[in-house]
Amino acid sequence: MLGLLWPRLRTAGRLLNVNSRVPSGGKRVYSEQPRRNPDFGSISDADIARFEIIIPKRVITSPEVLDSANVDWMVSCRGNSKVLLKPKSTQEVSDILALCSERHLAVVPQGGNTGLVGGGVPVHDEVILSSQLMDSIISVDETTGVLVCQAGCVLERLETYLSDVNLIPPYDLGAKGSCHIGGNVATNAGGLRFLRYGSLHGNVLGLEVVLADGKVLDLMSVLRKDNTGYDMKQLFIGSEGSLGFITTVSLLCPRKPTSINVAFLAVTSFEDVVKLLKSAKSGLGEILSAFEFIDMSAMEGVETYLELKDPLRDCSNRLYNFYVLIETHGFHSDHDSRRLDDWLADSMDSGLVENGTVAADYRQMLSLWQFRERISEAVKHEGRVAKYDISLSLESYYRVVTATRERFGGSVHRVTGYGHVGDGNLHLNVVTDESARDLRDDLDKFVMEWVREAKGSISAEHGIGLHKRGYLHYSKSSTAIHLMKDIKKLFDPTGILNPYKLFI
Amino acid sequence: MAAAGMKIMVGCKRVIDYAVKVRVRPDKTGVVTEGVKHSMNPFDEIAVEEAVRLREKKLAGELIAVSCGPKECGETLRTALAMGFDRAIHVEINDPKVYETLSPLHVSKIFAKLVEKEKPGLVILGKQAIDDDCNQTGQMLAGLLRWPQATFTSKLSVNGDSADITREVDGGLETIKVSLPAVVTADLRLNEPRYATLPNIMKAKKKPMDKVNPTELGVDLSPRVEILKVEEPPVREAGVKVDNVDELINRLKNEACVI
Repeated sequence: MLGLLWPRLRTAGRLLNVNSRVPSGGKRVYSEQPRRNPDFGSISDADIARFEIIIPKRVITSPEVLDSANVDWMVSCRGNSKVLLKPKSTQEVSDILALCSERHLAVVPQGGNTGLVGGGVPVHDEVILSSQLMDSIISVDETTGVLVCQAGCVLERLETYLSDVNLIPPYDLGAKGSCHIGGNVATNAGGLRFLRYGSLHGNVLGLEVVLADGKVLDLMSVLRKDNTGYDMKQLFIGSEGSLGFITTVSLLCPRKPTSINVAFLAVTSFEDVVKLLKSAKSGLGEILSAFEFIDMSAMEGVETYLELKDPLRDCSNRLYNFYVLIETHGFHSDHDSRRLDDWLADSMDSGLVENGTVAADYRQMLSLWQFRERISEAVKHEGRVAKYDISLSLESYYRVVTATRERFGGSVHRVTGYGHVGDGNLHLNVVTDESARDLRDDLDKFVMEWVREAKGSISAEHGIGLHKRGYLHYSKSSTAIHLMKDIKKLFDPTGILNPYKLFI
Repeated sequence: MAAAGMKIMVGCKRVIDYAVKVRVRPDKTGVVTEGVKHSMNPFDEIAVEEAVRLREKKLAGELIAVSCGPKECGETLRTALAMGFDRAIHVEINDPKVYETLSPLHVSKIFAKLVEKEKPGLVILGKQAIDDDCNQTGQMLAGLLRWPQATFTSKLSVNGDSADITREVDGGLETIKVSLPAVVTADLRLNEPRYATLPNIMKAKKKPMDKVNPTELGVDLSPRVEILKVEEPPVREAGVKVDNVDELINRLKNEACVI
């Protein structure tokens, strides 16, 4: 009956992810694709002409380009924006937003469009404001490690540039070939180096942001320490484009390690994974840079769908229960290798590690990382993947996987857990049939409830965007959420920046 | 020669890792090797893997890894031992000047002497080293030993006292049969080298590594080549768009000077 009152919207033949939440009354409410806010203006020819004056030849209305800009990387949601704008400078962004503010035109900031929660694409006809042409690297200081660049710089390009001056970005993601630093900052991207170099909240030293009304907010700095009033830039980091459009970033970059090692280890139980983590923190200390884990199901998926073979397949030819991938970063090749070797020898002798290998060269390093980085790709072949990116205490960490497996194992293709165990961040993937929508709703509810009970985070890294709005209250109190909405109203009174995202 | 007991000798060269961005030394006499990651030449890894597989098929007996160079070559040899080799021979060359001008002819002479001593039934080398790209050592060694050679091997099957080989050549694949003993050089598609697992890495530490002085072998390592200058290749310039055909022809003629 509710189905009649809330018609499901099909876009491009794909149904939007349906989030359901169960308020304490017990009644099921589906929060679907939000209705278009009637207070927003609609793009007119006059608007297009005015945009053309601000950014000549960079007002895109061609259907082919808009087609791909309207849909996210996961192909999970599609909007119908008719205009894509590509400013090159902060001034242009300012003029654009001033105009949008005047005309009440909704805007969706878009970086590399690699987000996983539908936060970077329009829901309806929001103007897409792209950082693609804002890709200048402004300066880099080799001594302090501070990089200043525009928000549209692609991470991989920054990595290459920084490499020449012996620096690296403090974060690294699978999407690095496409993601923009502005988007990474707006989503507080975590990634594979988090364990060693920490959060963007610590590494971003300054920002330049354009607010909803076009006002330029200069929070730029190259200073490490600056206790002068409220640290406003922290608000924008992780704000998912809802409080302002980031135009320039000042980022603290660590020195590029000259010695990198990768070890791939097999352990018997998750308790052993945790013990190994503790041991690695002291045994490898400051050279420990990444500590990832993969369960047997994920390894099996990678072997089956990507035709890679578990590097530790022994003569009994079986898969191990858990795998751990460790990376070290240091500056003394001999010292690091010896330290790693000694620690591995101890771990094997004590029986904590069943088997393992150390990459002999870069080729093997890249090859070993594949077993962790391509799990997503592998399981995609098997069906529709429900992905949960959660944070939990180490006690609860793997229990959510076993609980999900117990409850749903029989009715799904696969339940697998893998991820940044060193950061307490788990990627839980459940592969179902494409058609099993009700099952996925139950699954969502089950996992989110479980995480709430365990006082975990329902979104460790990926953010809220469109898809997880229904679960924000699982991890944040209503007082907190109300304050967030107040802040949003303060920065964006007419709500034109990335509407329909973050909050219900 | 009985295949089951057949000794195999494999060469393992320590080279700058393929993923490293190589830089020219400021004095332009060579490339920077200090503090730069080195590893086993990828084609040699493939050669090592092939030998281990032959032994697993019970077509080989003792596996010996050989490397020529400074003390760091010991690490390269330990990798081979960890992949399953039994013994390593480290031909020590500690003088950096001598090492810098060490060339395929020197190396093949060293190997020829070792072959005389060890009498392997098969020598497998990588087809070329990724630092000098010479692609000569295997061929020269076969010449010195007057043995058959099978270069650019992508498939190897040993049958008693001969081997069937598939070679990768410009025109496609060539199948030949060589009698053993022979020199084989390994190409990329011969196999995919295994990862050395921890238990084997630990065992490798205890396996024998003999040190040999090239003068003991009676090989003269005087340089046959003098390096005059080492330079970076010219920086690749950005492509240029032209507005019309006339401009294209003009620039091809007057700037690029190709027509």
